[in-house]
Amino acid sequence: MLNIIGSTSIAAALLGALAVTITGIVGGFNRKPGLIRAARYGTYFVFAAMSTAFIAMEIALLSHDFSVSYVARVGSLETPTYYTAISLWSSLEGSILFWGWILSAYGALVAFVNRKSDSRLIPFAQGVMGFVGLFFYGLLTGPANPFGAVFPVPTNGPGPNPLLQNHPLMGLHPPMLYLGYVGLTVPFAFAIGALLSGKLDEEWIRVTRRWTVAAWAFLSVGIVGGAWWSYEVLGWGGYWAWDPVENASFLPWLTATAFVHSVMVQERRGMLKTWNLSLIIGTFLLTLFGTFLTRSGILDSVHAFTEGMIGPIFLAFIALIMIVSLVLIAWRSDRLHAPGSLDAVVSRDSAFILNNVLFVAFTFTVLLGTTFPLIVEAVNGNRVSVGPPYFNMVSIPIGVLLLFLMGVGPALPWRRTTPEKMKRTFLMPVVAGLAAGLLGFVLGTRSLWPLVTFTFAGFVTATIVEEFRKGVRARMRIAGVSAPVALAQILTRNNRRYGGYTVHAGIVVIIVALALSGTYRFEREVTLRRGELMQLGDYGIVFEELWAEEQDQRFVVGGTFNIFHKGDEAGTMQPRMNYYPNSQQPIGTPDVRSTLKEDLYLTLMAFDEAEGSHATIRAIVNPAVPWLWIGGMIVALGAILAVMPQRGSGRPAVSAIEIAREEESAELEEEAAAVTV
Amino acid sequence: MNKSKKIWAGVGVLAIAGGIAMLIAGGLSSNVVYFLTPSELRAELAERADEIVDQPLRLGGQVKTGSLVWDAEALDLRFVVADSLGEVPVRSTGAPPAMFKEGIGVVVEGRYTHDGVFESKNLMVKHSNEYEPPHGEKPEQMYESLIKTDG
Repeated sequence: MLNIIGSTSIAAALLGALAVTITGIVGGFNRKPGLIRAARYGTYFVFAAMSTAFIAMEIALLSHDFSVSYVARVGSLETPTYYTAISLWSSLEGSILFWGWILSAYGALVAFVNRKSDSRLIPFAQGVMGFVGLFFYGLLTGPANPFGAVFPVPTNGPGPNPLLQNHPLMGLHPPMLYLGYVGLTVPFAFAIGALLSGKLDEEWIRVTRRWTVAAWAFLSVGIVGGAWWSYEVLGWGGYWAWDPVENASFLPWLTATAFVHSVMVQERRGMLKTWNLSLIIGTFLLTLFGTFLTRSGILDSVHAFTEGMIGPIFLAFIALIMIVSLVLIAWRSDRLHAPGSLDAVVSRDSAFILNNVLFVAFTFTVLLGTTFPLIVEAVNGNRVSVGPPYFNMVSIPIGVLLLFLMGVGPALPWRRTTPEKMKRTFLMPVVAGLAAGLLGFVLGTRSLWPLVTFTFAGFVTATIVEEFRKGVRARMRIAGVSAPVALAQILTRNNRRYGGYTVHAGIVVIIVALALSGTYRFEREVTLRRGELMQLGDYGIVFEELWAEEQDQRFVVGGTFNIFHKGDEAGTMQPRMNYYPNSQQPIGTPDVRSTLKEDLYLTLMAFDEAEGSHATIRAIVNPAVPWLWIGGMIVALGAILAVMPQRGSGRPAVSAIEIAREEESAELEEEAAAVTV
Repeated sequence: MNKSKKIWAGVGVLAIAGGIAMLIAGGLSSNVVYFLTPSELRAELAERADEIVDQPLRLGGQVKTGSLVWDAEALDLRFVVADSLGEVPVRSTGAPPAMFKEGIGVVVEGRYTHDGVFESKNLMVKHSNEYEPPHGEKPEQMYESLIKTDG
């Protein structure tokens, strides 16, 4: 029954997407209101059909209907309800279904939000999203059909991949990533729409700005969430291994970040038109390429969860999108000339351009490292791998330069500046940065990159604080309000600007946490007898006992360890090993004791099976790791601020001119102070 | 934008591109890790020992039956990785993965040292089933089944 409902819905969505593609693009060209309306209602219809399929699959999963092929593959009666519900994205077919559903939802939301708009871009964008939908719904009807019939119907299934039912974060991390991945289809669709319609001014960027920032934020949260998940589950005490799957999510994030910045140059100065189009097309291609990498099993990955026949189909689709986009850009090249040009080498414009060059270079280095084994194997048949050292070696210098730019860019004015202004803007931040670097040195840091990182982080933080201070001061003077009120007002009414700065602050926190945890992590692996104590830094760890517990879906062996911090009792920790019937390899659950300063991370590695008399553990002290998650939350908060509709009369609480005047008055105050002295 | 600024911008872009290219070239040349089977490693050692010894490598094969010695107290693990034509002794510190046992397929990351022992830094068991290399299996197939197959 659910098989039929699901398959029919997907077939309906496929037909609907075909109709949307045709009516959207034809309607875009001949501008017949009937066709444009048809594309809009078609988009709603596709969403309804995909929602039906999505709900049918959730019902099938939750009711353990093993006559549905996907449920027979990933379901089991013993899996807890939460993990059953989220096993939708634990394997290939369900993931594509989820992807398709989100795509249809974005399509419907775009259609609904713009239902009264008479912009020429809208029907084109709907047509393009319909076309992308054709691909995914097509996969669902054939090579990745989740609603296949199973006969005879099994009485139980194996359950999802144990790694994916071992931590609640699995309910957060994949949906966030998918919302980000798929959300980037929206700016892509409008970019193609701009090319098709020939309306190549800033409109497509203005219309999609909030969609892009939202998708970027989902992607960021998804990546941080994935790092958190792997930290809490994989048991090696790290959060990022430059695994192809991780890189697949990082690559579009890099180009999307470049795009979020470079569109500002086009909005303000009309430059970089072709660049912005290429960047968002490239970003969309990288989301497809990432899915191809992770789903085709072509690369060696610790979590190549699903493999299938869909690799070649993905490659063909990527090639198609690439060729069509290039042809369109070539066709419209006469309209892509910029009215403005770069005025000065030292200006916000050029800082943004440098930022983009670095982000694209970053993308290239990661892409090259990720695919290098494939290239080498194709060229001379050698079987090689490229490990984390390569990625760390190339990404640290680029990342540090980007960090530096994050402080310079926002503080520089557009177009050009003067040496005096430069001095006034950067004197305090430079001092703060040097102070931060010196502090790091005094506290014992002797390695180059961490010291540079701390220095730049202090510098950037100071520029952000300074930007906030100037905004608040200006608002206080204009509106005659107190500082907290002024802060609230600029946050809600200049939300784009100050939301952006908040995101920057979150990134600074993350980068510092990366530097600290990367540099100061230390670990020991030991076998302890019962009652025996091991010492690791400030921590004492005593092996108390082993225990075992039979649960519905798994068998758990855990160790209880008493923890002492600087000699004081500090509770117990219980790292565990979980034995799942569908996996010979047990899946560990490390235990993490977090403080704002550092994590103590315990993994149970091995134990005495006969009497429980000894246990082998790996104990790791991981400094600053909680700040990664906190930084991620700050980023999310800033992004939420930036996408919120502007409050008030539409006029920002402070304008750039008023902030500039604030700078002038600061200068006057300084002069006055100098005179007094 | 006047001419001198253009020149400066060009110099800047070239400097960045050059820097990135150097980073990538340096990074790749020192961090590409080759995958070898025991017989391939033997052959390489016979041919150009000085280039292979102490280089980061990945060694893939089967844990030879009867070769496994594990000292839980000292966290010292020794075994032999073999294929149908050659074998290499391996030494590893730390507890092995729980399903590690004789006869299973492993990938060992580490270096072949002057002592004639492969020092493992990382031990990966990727198979859910026991891995038996059929007689005369080619290195490519071994690589396929050890690395590319989902565990």
